[in-house]
Formats: sequence, structure tokens, C-alpha cells
Amino acid sequence: MNMVKATAAEGAIELVPDVHWVGALDPGLRSFDIILKTANGTTYNSYVVRGSAGVAVIDTVKESFSDTFFRRLESVADYGEITTIVLNHLEPDHSGALPELLRRAPQAKLYISSRGGPMLKGLLHGEQLAYQPTRTGMEVDLGDRKLRFLQTPFLHWPDTQCTWLEDAGVLFSGDAFGCHFCDPRLFNDNVGDFRFSFDYYYAHLMRPFRSRVLDALELIEPLPLKVIAPAHGPILRDAPDRYVARYRELSASRLKNEAAEEKTLIIFYLSAYGSTRAMAESLAAGAEDATGVRVSLYDIEGGEVSPFVDLIEEADGLAFGSPTINGDAVKPVWDLLSSLAAVDIKGKLGAAFGSYGWSGEAVPMVEDRLRGLKLRVPVKGVRARLVPTPEELAQCRELGRELALHLTGRQESTEIDMAALA
Amino acid sequence: MPKAKVTFEDVGVTVTVPAGTRLIEVSEKVGAGITYGCREGECCTCLTKVVSGHEHLASPSVLEDQVLKDNFAPRHHRLACQAQVLGGEVVVKPA
Repeated sequence: MNMVKATAAEGAIELVPDVHWVGALDPGLRSFDIILKTANGTTYNSYVVRGSAGVAVIDTVKESFSDTFFRRLESVADYGEITTIVLNHLEPDHSGALPELLRRAPQAKLYISSRGGPMLKGLLHGEQLAYQPTRTGMEVDLGDRKLRFLQTPFLHWPDTQCTWLEDAGVLFSGDAFGCHFCDPRLFNDNVGDFRFSFDYYYAHLMRPFRSRVLDALELIEPLPLKVIAPAHGPILRDAPDRYVARYRELSASRLKNEAAEEKTLIIFYLSAYGSTRAMAESLAAGAEDATGVRVSLYDIEGGEVSPFVDLIEEADGLAFGSPTINGDAVKPVWDLLSSLAAVDIKGKLGAAFGSYGWSGEAVPMVEDRLRGLKLRVPVKGVRARLVPTPEELAQCRELGRELALHLTGRQESTEIDMAALA
Repeated sequence: MPKAKVTFEDVGVTVTVPAGTRLIEVSEKVGAGITYGCREGECCTCLTKVVSGHEHLASPSVLEDQVLKDNFAPRHHRLACQAQVLGGEVVVKPA
């Protein structure tokens, strides 16, 4: 296959009869959305579906690739024929050519998910675009064929949806099942080895929302798929079910839960002279005493961030122990707490503790960070000045006990006045 | 000043609050499981189920109402960053 020749081709590429790819190749891109590396670039996939009573354009491209997109689009449709524009996801790499497309095809009706409305407004300031919000099961009639919408929120934005072309068995999946892999041969049975790119993309964009992925799979798995047409990377026409199954695998727990029915509490700590370690051990003992909770103790200094992130994803409760050094929690704690964007930790139980010399800012700072990460922090952390006293170690033990009671739903009911919370 | 009582069911904490208090002003302080994103009534992260006493909350603003609709919020669900307790007893938990 002559890749250079294929790249130079500017026309539309047929997926199945009357369904064409009209996207753009971006082989020079080396990082995407700041957080993703793209070793051989990416593609912005856009599709045209022709029916007997209308033409639909599904997704557009990044604005700077508009010329290529319009050239390919014009090779298979006149602007006056376009009745329908669907944006499965409104991120600028898919909505970039939308304003110009609507200018050229003003009669077309725009379909986006209901959660896309505020995003459309935020992306296109000053432009009041009319749109039809979609729901799962809603259909758009193109005459002899229909498009049907599936709401798949948080794959990977709140607005994401898929569009199903039943007669051809094509699922336009938006960012789901996509990857950053640029190969002009376009179809998964022709392109180079993109397995790493597929998994890497999932790990960074979909893993934080894996429970949402599982919800979406309930809608997608029953479909008789012939082609998955994602918004980035190869079009999956060979064994598309394999990629659905891969999402199912990737969304399962990475670690087998040996604690069975027990809740799990992981205590991470760092300790310069053993004080914060002693506090961690007391906290662990208190939690173990309460029963029903499996406690694990980790010295962050002896580990690496990546496996800790896997542990955190699976844990029910998390406690972080940090000494205060120069008015701050120590860097390895922050390194760990700034590496959790790729996993879902919302609603987990959190707590902080640690020793300090004279000011002790680390504990409240870590507590604030935990709240910012959407953990719940129901029990005030424990601080100890330099070497913890027996009373302070007893407080740590009580903190552990209370965390265990919260984890197992056995916390005591309390009634307080708001003034006491200040 | 008139008072109200808010119970955060998931953590078993009841707080006596002045009328007009928003749920966000209390829930984090007691460690309830309601979590926040934008804190300005746009993102719907803090969607909260009102288990009982929904009539004691101020009616949703136009903005909150729209966000609830956009996100298909079920009946008796509110945004904790917006909902104000006016009196009586209200029981809430994370949606």
C-alpha cells in the first residue's frame, strides 16, 4: 500500500453503500488535549449518510482542517441536500467546522444531546444556533433509512452520544472506540498495529468513567454491529464486536477483590522520623478493631504512583498521612493526589493525618484536596506535634474506628447546630 | 431567626441551620457524600435526592430548573449548590 499516495487522496471514502468518510488526517500531531501523546498523529472522522429523502453529516473536524473536510464532503453531497447534522460530541476537534457547515447548509437541522446545549453555547459565543436535543431511541428519518440516537454520557464528556444506522449496521460512536492513530488506510483490517493506541486512549479518556462505559455497553452490545465508525482513528469494520468486548474487559476491575464482602481502607503515609508512621499504624489498628474492613498500609516512599492509582481505584476508603514540611504536605503525597484524574474516585471515603513541627498545614490541605477530588471527608483528621503522645495515637485509633464505621454504614447518628461547624 | 433541620442521610448527621441556608454550606462540613464540581449550578455534579421535605426547599431558579431538565433529573432531585432550606425538616442523600 502506498501510504503517500493514499494520503494525497482528497475524496470521500465509502464505508458501506451510501455512507462515506469525509474526515481529515492529522499525522503531525504529537499531543492531544495536553494529556495524551499521539506518536503518529490522529484523524478527525466525519461521515456522510445518504438516504432517499435527505443527507446527514455526522460530526465535523477540527477547524484548521475544514478545507479538506469540505472538499471531501462536496465530492459526495451538495450542501442543499443536507437535511441533518449530528454532533455526537461537541469538543472543538469535532465541532470546529460546524459554524461554516451551517452557513453553507442553513436548512439542515442540528441534533445534539440535551447535555450538549450548554457546551454549544460555550463553544460558539455570540452565535445562537438552533438545535434539537436528542434522547435514546429518538430517530431521524432520511427516507429509506433512519438514524437512531443512543445517549452515552461521559464517554468521555457529559454530552457524548452514539448514532445508529440500523439498515447498514453502522454505529457512529463519537469518541468511544476511537483512538489517536493516523493511517490513511483507514480501516482496521488495513492499517498498522493500533492496539496500543486503542488501549491507551481508553485508559486516559474512558477509564475515569468506567461505570458510564458499562452503562453504554448495555445499549451497544445488543446491536447487530457491522461497522463501528468512531470519531478518531481506524474505522472498525473487521470484527467490531471484538472492540466492544475489549471495552468490557478494560472496564472490569483491574485487581481481584480478595476482601470479598469486606470494605477496604488503604492508608498511605510518608514519615521522616517515624511519627506519621506510628499514627498510620494506630489508625490501621482502630479500623481493624471495628471489624468489617480490610485495611492495607503503604509507605508512599517505597512505591510508585501507577500501581497506587490502581489500588486507589478499587478501594472504598483512603487515608493519607503526611508530615508538614515548610508549611506544606510533602511532594510524593501531592504527586499521588495529582495522578487520580484517570480513575473514578468520586464519593469514596477520605481522611488525612500527620505529624508536624510548628504549624501543621498538611492535614487540612490534604483534606481540602480530597474534597476537591469529590471524596467525602466526614471525620476530621488528626495532627500530632512532632512525636505523637499516647493520647494522639488514641485519636488516630478513634479516627480509624470512625472511618470503619462510615465504610460499613454503622456510623452513629448525630445532631448538631450549624454554628458548631464553623 | 427561623431555623430548619437538614439530615444528610448517608452520614447520619442532622444539622440545625438558619432558614435560607444552601445545602452546599453544610454538606461538606459534615462529610456528606454529595460532591461538587462548578458550585455555580451549571454542571449538575451535586445532584441530590430529597428523600423528604422537598416542600421546605425554595423553588428552583430558572437556571437550576433548566440544568435539572437537561440532565434528566428525576422528581424531587435538586442541585445542592443551589437549593435553599426555608424551614421544617429536610432529608437528603447523594443522587
